[in-house]
Amino acid sequence: MTFTHYGRAFYGIVWREMLRFMQQRERFLAALVRPLIWLIIFAAGFRAALGISIIPPYQTYITYDVYITPGLLAMIQLFQGMQSSLSMVYDREMGSMRVLLTTPLPRWFLLLARLFASVIVSLFQVYAFLIVAQLLGVQLPAWHAIWTTPIPFWPHEFGLVIPPIEYLYVLPALILTGMMFGALGMLLSSTIKQLENFAGIMNFVIFPMFFASSALYPLWKLKEGSIWLYYIAFYNPFTWAVELIRFALYREINWTALAVVAGCLFVFLLLSIWAYDPSRGIQQRKVAAPVTG
Amino acid sequence: MQKEASGKGSGPAPVLTVKNVSYWYGAKRALDDVSFEVYPGKVTALLGPNGAGKTTLFSLITRLFDAPTGRIEICGKAASEWGSRALGPLGVVFQQPTLDLDLTVKQNLRYFASLRGLARKEADERMLRALTALDMEERIHERVRSLNGGHRRRVEIARALLHSPKLLLLDEPTIGLDVPTRSAIVNHVHDLARTGNIGVLWATHLFDEVEPDDDLLVLDRGRIVARGVAKDVVAETGAKDLGGAFKLLIGGAAEEDVAA
Repeated sequence: MTFTHYGRAFYGIVWREMLRFMQQRERFLAALVRPLIWLIIFAAGFRAALGISIIPPYQTYITYDVYITPGLLAMIQLFQGMQSSLSMVYDREMGSMRVLLTTPLPRWFLLLARLFASVIVSLFQVYAFLIVAQLLGVQLPAWHAIWTTPIPFWPHEFGLVIPPIEYLYVLPALILTGMMFGALGMLLSSTIKQLENFAGIMNFVIFPMFFASSALYPLWKLKEGSIWLYYIAFYNPFTWAVELIRFALYREINWTALAVVAGCLFVFLLLSIWAYDPSRGIQQRKVAAPVTG
Repeated sequence: MQKEASGKGSGPAPVLTVKNVSYWYGAKRALDDVSFEVYPGKVTALLGPNGAGKTTLFSLITRLFDAPTGRIEICGKAASEWGSRALGPLGVVFQQPTLDLDLTVKQNLRYFASLRGLARKEADERMLRALTALDMEERIHERVRSLNGGHRRRVEIARALLHSPKLLLLDEPTIGLDVPTRSAIVNHVHDLARTGNIGVLWATHLFDEVEPDDDLLVLDRGRIVARGVAKDVVAETGAKDLGGAFKLLIGGAAEEDVAA
């Protein structure tokens, strides 16, 4: 197999994932609406009730909507990771997974390409959400106006703005967290036998991961409320994905978060490759271990 | 009892060699010391009742499972040594449909072409040729979901041929199709084998899909009970036709699972 072959196969896998994503407009809409409901309704309600004191990486007091935005970005990626897992189970049930697995390319490469495809789709959703959040007035790193002109009888100006450099800084963090959630989804897809069981994933993976994390409340606040919840959140990889994104949005690196996310990605990916290996894992779970001799 | 009607002399090298392959599902034996070859330019029909082990054999050849015993070589390369690279010369049509229903015919074929490393221009030319040969070129922009079963099967065959495979595996590809479509596919595959010098392994339980000059393997309860040229196998059993020979070879147990 040549390098060109790998390149074309990678492109094909990403292209197919994008094509499927663009054909499912409801999926894109749902991916945007879900965090927006949290931002508009939940954050608006709690803005008055909860004050966030100065904690790194923030330099000043912030409003609650600013605090939960990194958590919502991670939530988008977690849902996309699970969506990708659903898509793999669907592909397996519909048979198209066989087409992928019988190509003359190593399984690890095929799984990695699927993972990257899922991350690219999640990035579209995340940046679309960031733009909408900005339009809603969430005080994220500010956009730069490169040209403006006043609009007669209107309090705002019309102009051309560009995203802040922080949006570029957060990209590597988003790629890493997206890959971690994608690898988790891939691992789960190897354990889900039927499409119908996906609802269970929603209940037992997405919601506990999201709620028992620092996405909605800072860890120190959780500690004050419940020491158990604090420890659960502390050992929850989602917490560290949120913190990695939060710090990156302000041009900082949370090294603990980086280590945890990279470590979890490595473990989830290794287990996924093991689960999809033809001599072990997924195929052997469907049947009992062969007895030789 | 294993009947062997005729052997191969010094001819072309086989495109598929299966040697002493066994497979178990727990305590249940699915394949028992299966050995055979598939040669270029020939259709090898794998005939067996439901549950004979045909699909398990295909899963092992396509490396969806790894064979714990024996050896499988595609064009002289064993997956146990070459890994997935051994699958390069292989084209497959699975029993279960494997097209993406939400994509068009063209998108499905392009996706496959990219997995096989074909450049887009070359892929487009090849897909047009393959679809034209199967009278499907006018449906290239249609979504697979809108196609009937016969047309979907044709697209799958076109897809399996896109990268010019040397070995084509067909796992009961005509299941659920009407007689004219079935007949068209059977004829097309036989033509392909002859003109394209492709080795074809065709799993079926329908006798009328086997031509007298095809190589024949009869698989029953995981064992090859007869192999050779179809007409020779029939002659050796003393039966009038393939249906009769099949009954004699496997007994009456699975009679209802096969059809004339």
